Amino acid sequence: MGYQLSFNQIWRNFDKLIDGVILSLELAVVAILIGALIGLVLAVIYVSSRWVVRALISTYVEFIRNVPLLLLVYLVFYGLPTVLPIAYDAVTSFIATLALYAGAYLVEVFRSGLDAVPKGLLDAGKAMGLTPWQRLVHVRLPTMTRITLPALSNTFISLFKDTSIASVIAVPELAWGAQWINNRTFRIVEVYAVTTLIYLVVGYAILFGLRALERHFRVER
Amino acid sequence: MSAPLLQIARLTKSFGTNQVLKSVDLDVAAGEVVTVIGPSGGGKTTLLRCVNFLEEYDGGSIKIDGREVGFVDNAGGKRRGEVDLAAMRAETGMVFQSFNLFPHLTAEQNVMLGLRQVRKKPLKEAQDIARHWLDRVGLSDKTKSLPSELSGGQQQRVGIARAVAMDPKILLLDEITSALDPELVNEVLDVVRQLASDGMTMLIVTHEIAFARDASHRIIFMADGSVSAHGSPDELMEQVATNERLRNFLARFSASAH
Amino acid sequence: MQQLIDAIVYAIPYLMGGFGTTLLVSLIVVVLSLIAGVLMGVGLIYGPWPLRWAVRLLTDCIRGIPILVLIFAVYYGLPPLGLNLSSFWAAVLALTLFKTAQVVEYVRGAVSSIPRGQMEAAKSIGLIFSQRLRYVIFPQAIRRFLPPWLNGVTDAVKGSALVSLLGVIDLMQAINQVIGRTYEPMPLYLLGALIYFAINYTLSSMSKVLEKRYAFIKE
Repeated sequence: MGYQLSFNQIWRNFDKLIDGVILSLELAVVAILIGALIGLVLAVIYVSSRWVVRALISTYVEFIRNVPLLLLVYLVFYGLPTVLPIAYDAVTSFIATLALYAGAYLVEVFRSGLDAVPKGLLDAGKAMGLTPWQRLVHVRLPTMTRITLPALSNTFISLFKDTSIASVIAVPELAWGAQWINNRTFRIVEVYAVTTLIYLVVGYAILFGLRALERHFRVER
Repeated sequence: MSAPLLQIARLTKSFGTNQVLKSVDLDVAAGEVVTVIGPSGGGKTTLLRCVNFLEEYDGGSIKIDGREVGFVDNAGGKRRGEVDLAAMRAETGMVFQSFNLFPHLTAEQNVMLGLRQVRKKPLKEAQDIARHWLDRVGLSDKTKSLPSELSGGQQQRVGIARAVAMDPKILLLDEITSALDPELVNEVLDVVRQLASDGMTMLIVTHEIAFARDASHRIIFMADGSVSAHGSPDELMEQVATNERLRNFLARFSASAH
Repeated sequence: MQQLIDAIVYAIPYLMGGFGTTLLVSLIVVVLSLIAGVLMGVGLIYGPWPLRWAVRLLTDCIRGIPILVLIFAVYYGLPPLGLNLSSFWAAVLALTLFKTAQVVEYVRGAVSSIPRGQMEAAKSIGLIFSQRLRYVIFPQAIRRFLPPWLNGVTDAVKGSALVSLLGVIDLMQAINQVIGRTYEPMPLYLLGALIYFAINYTLSSMSKVLEKRYAFIKE
């Protein structure tokens, strides 16, 4: 084999990985918050609109979902500033891209969540004399939240992994950190072993944390 | 007088710490229709599922025509092998509460599967037998239909045809009408009554008390894992006075009948 | 405007070359992952417990890391272990690993979603294990497997764009190269997006059609 494992250089540069994973998490959190807002608003509009509006929203959703995230990142970072009078740094650009990306997936999640609200609850709301807006706020949204919590956690974990794409535009998240160490120390096996472990550990931590949150909400029912 | 077709003796079965069957004895003679009634959780379905070894019983014995169902005769507790077990199961027919028809096969193909692969019948013969039984259950015009195209009652009748076409020694009916809409129950019960009058040996678990009274030779009342009362329908009614559990159980049914 | 049209016309042959590579990579990945994934999936469901455990562990690890990291790990990590692959094959290997883990999950989902009663009914008419698999389980499993799997092929196509990071001249890299020469990013990115969209949207539409066609299996 001829390759001696040595983790020293990894530990010495460990801060790059730690800073990286923190940034990855931050990016994922911001993206899912903005994305959830986009997704929720569009989902509500979608279920209460005519086909023209629905078609527009569907176009956005299908476009984002069928195009590689890498291309979207390039498009927003390198492409948009050439046609729009905007300028931003890599991080802002990536957050915008990931938020739009998350939004497209979450429109679907929220839309089916809204559809899954039992009709009986809506009837009860109508019978009580609630207006459509009141029904939306007090019946549909709270019920939908419980229903969509599992899909939301899965989306968040996916987004956390997708932050690795930011490395191509030099955003110093976890994958970028791993490449940085690799380029300087050439300790490839060790770097990627550790990085893989970090992704797995953090990923499972998020999973268990969100599952606990789901259980908490379920008990309230 | 010959030995009973089905002999269940001292049968015990536990799921974890929960003992569901506590030494059950039951015999069914050839041509007899025996119905098992009782409250949920009393062990009725488990008993039935032990007869074709869908549940592995812990102790006691179940014999069909003198042969032990799940374990090799005279080999002291050795479980039957795959092929052996399959052969034993081919001798019993089971109809399920949730129909369990094979959704990718037509009604005809559902009935034919066992005939072709287990009984090794040639295609034409299997088809004829399948069509014959589908006709007997009143579905001669639905032979090419998929289960998804059939009503609950129709699906269950296909399920009966599938079981009976195998020419089993005994038919096991596991609450076959419990999942049906009320108006579809009778079409299925009529088929069962027909089979009974044709001499089919049957062990039936059901909640249809009226049916049990009319169609059975004997009724078994099971509660808490053991036989609490048994006898012909008339004999069972006489035991109501002395058997409190039986009385309470039946009271629920006559109350809801009003 | 003329400049725009010129740029696009100039780009087309390069993009078509890249497109061909994208299709080739996707095809190889899909075929290899299907074979490996089905084998491992069957092992996961019916195998002895050490095999089940191993497959579970492997697929969970693969699915827990980003594809980008997987690609780099395979590309940089194999030479020290003695295996020297070209960027093309390293990328294909990484993507295949990724898709295989997905396929295993599809197989597991397809088989486990078949109601228990099906096996019981199959047992009750006297079928032996191999017959039960062949005549009852497999026909239902494949109809439950195909729609989500077909939909998942889009992940292979989208993932293939990452091979550009290893320098493989796929559609994504072709776009980057042409932009490097013509300095017209937007029209090219949009054109590329349109091509990816066309492929993937077709696949997911086909998947939806299949889903409807096989809905009867879920009654």
